[in-house]
Amino acid sequence: MKLRGLIPLFGFAALFAALAYGLTRDPRILPSELIEKPFPTFALDNLANDAVLENEIFEGRVSLVNIFGSWCVSCTVEHPQLMEISQSLDIQMVGVDWRDTRENAVRWLSENGDPYDAVIFDPDSHLIVDLGVVGAPETFIVDQNGDIRYKHVGIITPDDWKNDLHPIVESLLAVQP
Amino acid sequence: MRHLLLTLTLFVTALAASATAQISDAEEDRARDIGHQLRCVVCQNQSIEESEADLALDMKVIVRERVAAGDTNAEVVAYMRDRYGDYVLLKPPVQSNTYVLWFLPAGLVLFGLGWFALRSKRQSKADIVTEISDTDQALLDKLMADDT
Amino acid sequence: MTAEIGHIALVLAFCVAIAQASLPWIGARRNDGRLMEFGDRAAMGQFLLIAFSFVALTLVFLESDFSVKLAALHSHSEKPLLYKISGVWGNHEGSILLWVLMMAGYGAMVPFLGKSLPTGLKARAIAIQGLLGVGFLAFILFTSNPFERLNPVPIDGNGLNPMLQDPGLAFHPPFLYLGYVGFSLPFSFAVAALLEGRVDAVWAKWLRPWVLIAWSFLTIGIALGSFWAYYELGWGGWWMWDPVENVSFMPWLAGTALLHSILVLGTRHSMANWTVLLAITTFALSLIGTFVVRSGILVSVHAFAVDPERGVFLLLLLGLATGGALTLYALRSHTLRDNAALSATSRDGALVLNNLLLVAATATVFLGTFYPLLIDAANGSKISVGAPYFDLTFAPIMSLLILFMGVGPMLKWRKDTLQRFKRPLIIMCIALTIVAALTYVIGKSVLGALSIGLAAWLALGTIITLGRKARWTWVGLKAQPASTWGFVGAHLGLAIFAAAVTSMTVWAKTDIGTLRTGDSLVIAPYTFTLGEVGGGQRENYQYFGGTVTVTKNGEEVALLGTERRFYPVRNQVTTEAGMHLSFGQTLFASIGEGDPESGFVVQVYKHPFVVWIWLGSLIMALAGFVSLADRRLRLPKRESLSAPANLVPAE
Repeated sequence: MKLRGLIPLFGFAALFAALAYGLTRDPRILPSELIEKPFPTFALDNLANDAVLENEIFEGRVSLVNIFGSWCVSCTVEHPQLMEISQSLDIQMVGVDWRDTRENAVRWLSENGDPYDAVIFDPDSHLIVDLGVVGAPETFIVDQNGDIRYKHVGIITPDDWKNDLHPIVESLLAVQP
Repeated sequence: MRHLLLTLTLFVTALAASATAQISDAEEDRARDIGHQLRCVVCQNQSIEESEADLALDMKVIVRERVAAGDTNAEVVAYMRDRYGDYVLLKPPVQSNTYVLWFLPAGLVLFGLGWFALRSKRQSKADIVTEISDTDQALLDKLMADDT
Repeated sequence: MTAEIGHIALVLAFCVAIAQASLPWIGARRNDGRLMEFGDRAAMGQFLLIAFSFVALTLVFLESDFSVKLAALHSHSEKPLLYKISGVWGNHEGSILLWVLMMAGYGAMVPFLGKSLPTGLKARAIAIQGLLGVGFLAFILFTSNPFERLNPVPIDGNGLNPMLQDPGLAFHPPFLYLGYVGFSLPFSFAVAALLEGRVDAVWAKWLRPWVLIAWSFLTIGIALGSFWAYYELGWGGWWMWDPVENVSFMPWLAGTALLHSILVLGTRHSMANWTVLLAITTFALSLIGTFVVRSGILVSVHAFAVDPERGVFLLLLLGLATGGALTLYALRSHTLRDNAALSATSRDGALVLNNLLLVAATATVFLGTFYPLLIDAANGSKISVGAPYFDLTFAPIMSLLILFMGVGPMLKWRKDTLQRFKRPLIIMCIALTIVAALTYVIGKSVLGALSIGLAAWLALGTIITLGRKARWTWVGLKAQPASTWGFVGAHLGLAIFAAAVTSMTVWAKTDIGTLRTGDSLVIAPYTFTLGEVGGGQRENYQYFGGTVTVTKNGEEVALLGTERRFYPVRNQVTTEAGMHLSFGQTLFASIGEGDPESGFVVQVYKHPFVVWIWLGSLIMALAGFVSLADRRLRLPKRESLSAPANLVPAE
C-alpha cells in the first residue's frame, strides 16, 4: 500500500463529514447583518392613522418587532403566541405590516386580535429591505437604545420563546437605563 | 372588462420596476447590470433581475430608486450587502474566507500543467536513453517490472 | 392488489440482489464456475422483478388507484395519458424506482454482452452491481415505498404541479438517470478490477462502450433539462449554475474525462490507476447528485420534498459505496501497473492534458457548488456562488481545453514531432485570426470575437484531423471507422455549442417597456407591437394576456402570445412567454403587470442562435452513439485474445 493511494479516500472522508454536517443545517436561515447595530432609520405611516412613526418609538423601551402581513399564513399560526406575550410582559410590541393594504390588515387584526402597541405600515418593502428580511414572519428584539439584539426567522414556537427569545428579553428588561 | 380589471387588481404587488421609478434608459441599463449581480434571496441561484418572486420585485424597485437618487453601481451593491450580507452577492467577494474558492481553480490548472511539463520532460530524457540501446531498455523494463 | 404484487416483487428483487451480491463473489474467490454463473441469472432475475414492480406502479397510475398514496399525491384521474405515465417518475419514490430499474437493467446486460470477459472479473462486477442494487432497494423499501396505501381513500388525486406537466420534463429524468446510472457499470468494473488486481486493455475496451452509452444519455438528459428551463421558465436563461444543474454536470465532466482516459488505457496500457479512480469518482458524483437533490442540503427549487431520514440513508449509501471503493483503491492501487511513458507531443500526452483540464473543470464546478456549504460548516458564514463566479473560473479552463482540443487529435500515439503538423497549425492560426477579426467587425465585442475564433479553431482542427486520417481522399474518408465519425461529431458538436453559448452571452438583446395596445419596442431590426390585451378565468387560474406581433422591415415575422396567470390556491403568479424558436434569431416576449389605461410592462428578447446550444449538445450525444457502432470496440473471441501486457496478479 502506498500513501498516495490514500489521498482520494481522505478527500472523500472530508467531503462526507461536510455533507453530514450540512444535513443538520437549514440553508434557508440567514443570520442578520444588523445584530448589535441600530435599528434602521425609517419614517412610515402608522397603520391605525396617518401619523408618521419614526425611530423614537424605541427610546427607553424594550421592543419586539414582528414582521407580518394579512396574506401570510404562517403569521396566523404564530399569532396566539404574540397575543400571549403582549399580555404577560411589559414590553413594547411593534408590528410591521408588509406588502399589504390597510383594509386587509385592519380586518386581519380585528379578526385575530391585536397584540401590537404600534403597527408600522410598509406596503413597498422599504423597511423590510433595510432590515434584511427574507420572509414573514420574522421577529427582532430591540433594546432601550434602539439597537437590534436578536433576530428570529419564522414562526416563534412556544419552545423558541421559552429557550431563545424570552431569556434575552428578560436580560434586557433587567438593565434599567 | 370588469372581469379583467378584477383580475388585474390581484396583481397589485410592487409594480414592475421601470413602471414605477421614472429613470432614463442609461439608468435602467445600470439598474439591470446591478440586478444581475444581486441574488434573489428567496430563490435558488437566480439574480433579482431574472426572478419574479415578490421580494425580488421589491428589491428591483429599490435598486432603481437608489440609481435614480444618484448612487453609483458599487454603492447600490454595498447598500444591499449591508442589509443581506455576502449572501446577496452572486459573485462572492474576494476576501479571506473565499481565497480558496477563487484561487483553487487556477491553482489546480497551474499545478496540472506544471506536473505535465515535468513529467514529459523527464520522459524526453528517458527517450534519449532508449535511443542509445534498445536491448538496455528491454532489460530496464524487465527490472522495473520485477521491482514492485 | 396491483400495488401489493408490485411491493412483493420489489421485496423479492431485494432478496435476489442480496444473493447476486454475495454468491458470485464467493464463487470468484473459490474459482467455482457454478456460483459465478449464478450471478448472471440473478442479475437477470433482479431486473425482471423490478421491471414487474415498475409496471405494477405504472398500472396503479393508469388505473388512477388513489388508495395508493403516491398516485393520490401526484396523479389525477383527468390527466392526459402521457402525464399519467410520466407522473410515475415525477416524484421521489417513483423516480428512485426508475433509478433501480435502470441500474438492474445495466447489470442484466453484462452477462449477455460480456461473454468474452474473464469469468472472475465478470462475476465480481456483477456482484458489485448487485450490491449497489441492495443498497438502493433497501432505500426504497425502508424509506420510500411507492406502494404505500392510503386510508381513507380520496375521491381524486392532487394532480401534478402544472409546471411539471410538460413533455420536456416528462423525458428529462429518464434520460438523466440512464446517464447517471449508466456510470454504475464502470464503477462496478473498477471495483472488480481492484479486487482482481488487474486493469488491462480488455477491461478498457469492454468498458468503453458502456461509458459512451452513459455519457450520451447524460448529455441528452442535461440538454433536455436546459431546454425545458429556457422554454418553460421564460426569462431567457438556459443555464443558471443552480446546484441541481451543477450536480448533473459534474458526472458529465468526469465522465468525459473517463471517456478519454479509457481510450488511452485501451491503446497504450497507461493511466490505469487514473482511469479506475475516474470511474469511481464519476459514479460517486452521480450519487452525490442524487443525495443533493433529495436531501435539500443546498437551496434549490428543483429539490424533492425534504426528508431528513432519506437524506441520512442516501448519505450512508454514498459513504459506503464511495468510501468502500476508495478504501479498496488505497489498498490495491499499487497493484495496477501503468505504462509510465509520456511524451508531451503525442496523443497520449494530449489526452492526459485533456484529463487534467477536465478534472480541474469538474473540481471548479464542485467547489462553486459546495463552497457555500463548506464555508458555512467551517465558520458559519453565508455566501452565494452564482454565474459570475463560473464565468470567471470555469469558462477560462474550458477555453484552454478547446485550444488543446483543436490540435490534440492530430497527434500520433506514443511520440510525435511538432514538425509534422506545423502547416495545419499555421492554417488554423490564420483561420482563428480571420474569424475573430470578422466577428469583431460585425459584433463589436472582443470576448465574442475571441470565443468565436476559438470555436472556429476547434472546428477546423477537427476537420483537418479527419482529412489527414483519410489522407484527403474520398476512399480514405469512406474507410474511416465509426469511432472516427464519433470523434468528429462530438468535437464539432462542442464547437457549435461553444459558438452558440458565446452568441447567447454576448449578443442576446432584451428591452423592457410599458406598452398600451399598439405601442412597440424595437430591437433592431425587429419591432415588437403589443395587440389587444384580454383576460378571464380558466380551470384553476385567472389570466390576462395578449399577442405581440413582431415585424421586420414592415413584414410580419412572428406572433407571440403571452399570458400572466394567477393560481389562487398556490398564491402563485406565473408568466407564459410567447416564443418563436428558430435556427437563427429566437424571439420572445413576456407580459408583466399593468392595466389597459397606463399600459402593461412588456419584456422582449432577441436570442441569436440559441437553439444551437441544444442542437450542438444533441450532436455530441448522437456522436457518442455513432462511436458505439465501431467494430474495433467489440472484443475478439475469447480464445484469440493474447495475454494482456503488464499483468500483475493480486497478492
